[in-house]
Amino acid sequence: MADESILTDEIKAMIGTLSEPVIMEVGRVAIRRYADAVGDDNPLFHEVEDAKAAGYEDLICPPGFWGWPIKGRATIGGMSIVGGVLIKAGLWRILDGGVDQEFYIPIRAGDILTAYSKIADIREREGKAGKMVFTTVETTYLNQNGDTVAVNRATIIAR
Amino acid sequence: MAKKQIYYEDVEVGSEMPALEKISTTQMAVRWAGASGDFNPLHYDDNFAATQGTGGIITHGALKRAWLVQLVTDWIGARGRVKKFACQYRGMDYPRKMATMGDPTEGETWLCKGTVANKKVEDGQHLVECNIWVENGKGEKTTPGSATVILPSKKAKA
Repeated sequence: MADESILTDEIKAMIGTLSEPVIMEVGRVAIRRYADAVGDDNPLFHEVEDAKAAGYEDLICPPGFWGWPIKGRATIGGMSIVGGVLIKAGLWRILDGGVDQEFYIPIRAGDILTAYSKIADIREREGKAGKMVFTTVETTYLNQNGDTVAVNRATIIAR
Repeated sequence: MAKKQIYYEDVEVGSEMPALEKISTTQMAVRWAGASGDFNPLHYDDNFAATQGTGGIITHGALKRAWLVQLVTDWIGARGRVKKFACQYRGMDYPRKMATMGDPTEGETWLCKGTVANKKVEDGQHLVECNIWVENGKGEKTTPGSATVILPSKKAKA
């Protein structure tokens, strides 16, 4: 049993799956509230005049904040695709593993982003606590002009 | 902007960022849940956390990520930009419980730190690569990461 893979066929079949696009609205209130929750008083995230003085059209998002979905929850699409399948396979203890992000254009208040998530990779690893499944969800964010503003790769660990 | 702008020329390999002190509390976890949309009860409910094999409620990895973003964005100033950012949630961190409505119990304090690993000019961008991490109260790096930032250059300004 110990050598048996915990990757079920159903889990393996998730690799390459795309989520439905999620529309994210970037509002000043959400930016300020997010920065406050971090304890971050950077004026670029709070004061419109300071953001303008720095050359931005409006408040900008702290890198890694993508605004708020116009419906549903902020959880990125990828987790909602893969979460159910992992739990069904008995892997219901799920943790965030980390992120790897690239930023191309600063995201500012007033932007409307479209987020596309893809299950980029699913692999098994042996950890201290036994076998674990690492899922990488790659989310690409486009703004209202069709420009790619950022790519976020999130790793989810299930065991 | 009150803060002094840092320039590419000011930075040397080995330079340290000013450390950022943070205290993770259960109250902060709830604020973060509301502001980020991550309502996993693992981060605020003892009974649920007991079923997850984490040894209790743990601080959101993404909140520690956001602390590290603050460390970096504080350092690079209004004219700096983050180009790449990565971190791994390697070690669990356990928030302090609340003693009063506003104050946490005594306990651990976390430090976010960073050092310059490399600097280079590429495609006209003045890039600085940094190692960053969150240290727990025992000095263990629970959340190591890296960031590549674009800094303004004094030469480009002239």
